[in-house]
Amino acid sequence: MNPVLVAVLRALAALGLMLANGVVLIYMLRKVLGHMHVRLGPNRVGPFGLLQTTMDVIKLLTKEDVMASSVDKWLFRLAPLMVFVPAFMAYLALALSPTWRFSNLDGGLLYLFAVLSLVPIGIVIAGWASNSKWSLIGGMRAAGQQIAYEVPLLLSVLGIVLMSGTLNMTDIVRSQQGLWLGFLPRWYIFPQFPAFLLFMVAGLAELNQTPFDMSEAESELISGFANEYSGMKFGFMFLAEFSNSFIIAALATTLFFGGWLIPGLERNALALQLGPIVFMIKTYIGIFVLMWIRGTLPRVRVDQLLALGWKRLIPMSLAWVMLTGVIIKLPSLFGGVG
Amino acid sequence: MANRRPAAKKQPAGKSAQPKQAAQSKQSMQPKPAAANPHLLGEILPEGAYEVEVLPKGLHRVPRGVDELATEHLIMNMGPQHPSTHGVLHLLLEIDGEEVITGEANIGYLHRGIEKLAEHRRYNQVGTLLDRSDYLSGLHSELAFSMAVEQLAEIEVPRKANWIRSLVSELNRIASHLVWMGTFGMDAGSMPGFLYALREREALLDILETITGARMMFNYVRPGGVLMDLPPEVEPMIRAFLADFPTKLEEYDTLIGKNEIMQARIKGVGVIHRSTALAFGLTGANLRATGFGWDVRKERPYAAYPELDFDIPVGETADCWARYLVRMEEMRVSTKLVGQLLDGMPEGDHSAKVAKVLRPPAGEAYAAVESPRGEMGIHLASDGSDKPYRMRVRGPAYYALSIIDEILPGNLIADAVMTAGSLDLVLGEIDR
Repeated sequence: MNPVLVAVLRALAALGLMLANGVVLIYMLRKVLGHMHVRLGPNRVGPFGLLQTTMDVIKLLTKEDVMASSVDKWLFRLAPLMVFVPAFMAYLALALSPTWRFSNLDGGLLYLFAVLSLVPIGIVIAGWASNSKWSLIGGMRAAGQQIAYEVPLLLSVLGIVLMSGTLNMTDIVRSQQGLWLGFLPRWYIFPQFPAFLLFMVAGLAELNQTPFDMSEAESELISGFANEYSGMKFGFMFLAEFSNSFIIAALATTLFFGGWLIPGLERNALALQLGPIVFMIKTYIGIFVLMWIRGTLPRVRVDQLLALGWKRLIPMSLAWVMLTGVIIKLPSLFGGVG
Repeated sequence: MANRRPAAKKQPAGKSAQPKQAAQSKQSMQPKPAAANPHLLGEILPEGAYEVEVLPKGLHRVPRGVDELATEHLIMNMGPQHPSTHGVLHLLLEIDGEEVITGEANIGYLHRGIEKLAEHRRYNQVGTLLDRSDYLSGLHSELAFSMAVEQLAEIEVPRKANWIRSLVSELNRIASHLVWMGTFGMDAGSMPGFLYALREREALLDILETITGARMMFNYVRPGGVLMDLPPEVEPMIRAFLADFPTKLEEYDTLIGKNEIMQARIKGVGVIHRSTALAFGLTGANLRATGFGWDVRKERPYAAYPELDFDIPVGETADCWARYLVRMEEMRVSTKLVGQLLDGMPEGDHSAKVAKVLRPPAGEAYAAVESPRGEMGIHLASDGSDKPYRMRVRGPAYYALSIIDEILPGNLIADAVMTAGSLDLVLGEIDR
């Protein structure tokens, strides 16, 4: 087949996955948070309120697209795209199984982090273009936060890159096949547990999610950078936020939890066929944990957030990368078999 | 419209005044020495009152203007529509980046003229108005008003009426503190606390509905006693609540107050010095958090409180954290009080024999109760007719709000939210 056509079809498949995830995640968030908050969540539209998201999307699409006369019109229109497109591009690097993947980039992990770091630019643009003081503060907070937290996020996965020796998402998962000591899956969560904690914290900050939702900070900035947005422009930002939480959870699954692998059944053909389903289940468990955190913790203050990022997470992740490197190289230093 | 905007932008209102304001705020930023108001200290402090030696300083982190780089202050309108101003409070903040330089409260959005309206109501109708002033603790305002009327008309209240009054007061206090606890958590971004708190409050409102017939707008405490006797089915309801509530409260304390993030947010934030608190007329938990054990229930006992055994929780650090601890402890104290009141509930009439249309002799009276927010006082002037000549409400939240200009400067925006939240403001009572 025409390689261009294949690429386009793959991108469309990624878009489909992103939109489907958005629909599922919005419903899931409402139900999960509702359950944690002793509420019912949506239960009116359709069975168990399943059609609530559909109705909301219809509402967003048909809603008047309010744009204040004082906004910077082109930047204001550009900002939702600047938030949405990187989120979509990040999907292209995901590999649900050796066969179910949108691309097979050798630098897949690097690419993913590169596009994710574009998201805050969109948020800053949204905050600036809105010409609202609350939005501006939200945008500036987002900038400061993302600079502080992208570094530890990247550093926290470097240990895994060192251990697996590749940036290719498929190969990273493949290197987690087998068992340690006969019972422990060779997932990187076990040797890299401190890195996983760092990844979680930095990932939450990257997602702009409670306890790090500085740029939205409902009780301080009303809704921060998204203040002046309505209709589908807001919908795009909202969707990007949800798909980002899917991406971070999928990344955690790939890096720390063995992707599509079922321990002990790596060579089983049926298990490989079920790969994408296993991957999705693991990812959704991760998303559930994110929602759990979101439904429980209060928000940190912006100066505490930056202090945590610069003074704790970055030194800790640097130290961990160094430690991992030394341990990997030790056997060869002493002439061992490695 | 389009022509007017640029002109408004160019208005150099802030420019000339800015350096002056900055200098002023710099001065006010200095932590005030303990003896700033020497006439207040030493004389007012009762025996055994706890004087705080070292208070956490007002936090000051952001340097103002780096390398002579000109920075401009923003004027922000926080409210009247804002998720964390608890109603319609309007805070005018002058900010430098994230730091608040000056903060000013602008009130009156909920003004209904309750004091004036009271001059056109008979004495047994005023409670309806007062329920709507402090809508979270209507029974306390009603009680203060009824006590003032009783002073004027020299009505002897039966013992049972007093006990019922204390009982519903304490139930109402817990309900009000629960709302405060939830919204305080929500100010910090913690959603679940609010909904859990409202769940407990629901049980309390059911109890109050069984007693008074209404969930919030009670009009139950009347001059001479209370409207109705306790219904028999309410005792098991209260007992069930008392059995359940203490464990729940500990859970919520774990969820909100024992959370490390929350403690980092509120410890050392919004410090109100005791002398400042006294000078501004703060009462209730806001004053007690500074270590000053003033409680109307103890100092000028009313209703059944002289016969009850309870302690007044007192804070030490005078910051948001101390106010949180004091309010949580007050809920525990109130729970115990409800138990005592239920056990010792006397027999007898629930109300004195009072004329249908009260005409107290001409004169003035002041009566105060300890509402969840502090000293709720009613000053009543009568000219001998069937309507008050003048009613003045001394609302504790109004005084608590007045201190906000003093404590906001030097804090971050996020701290301003927490500080305003910790004062337990009810705008219905502030604006009246």
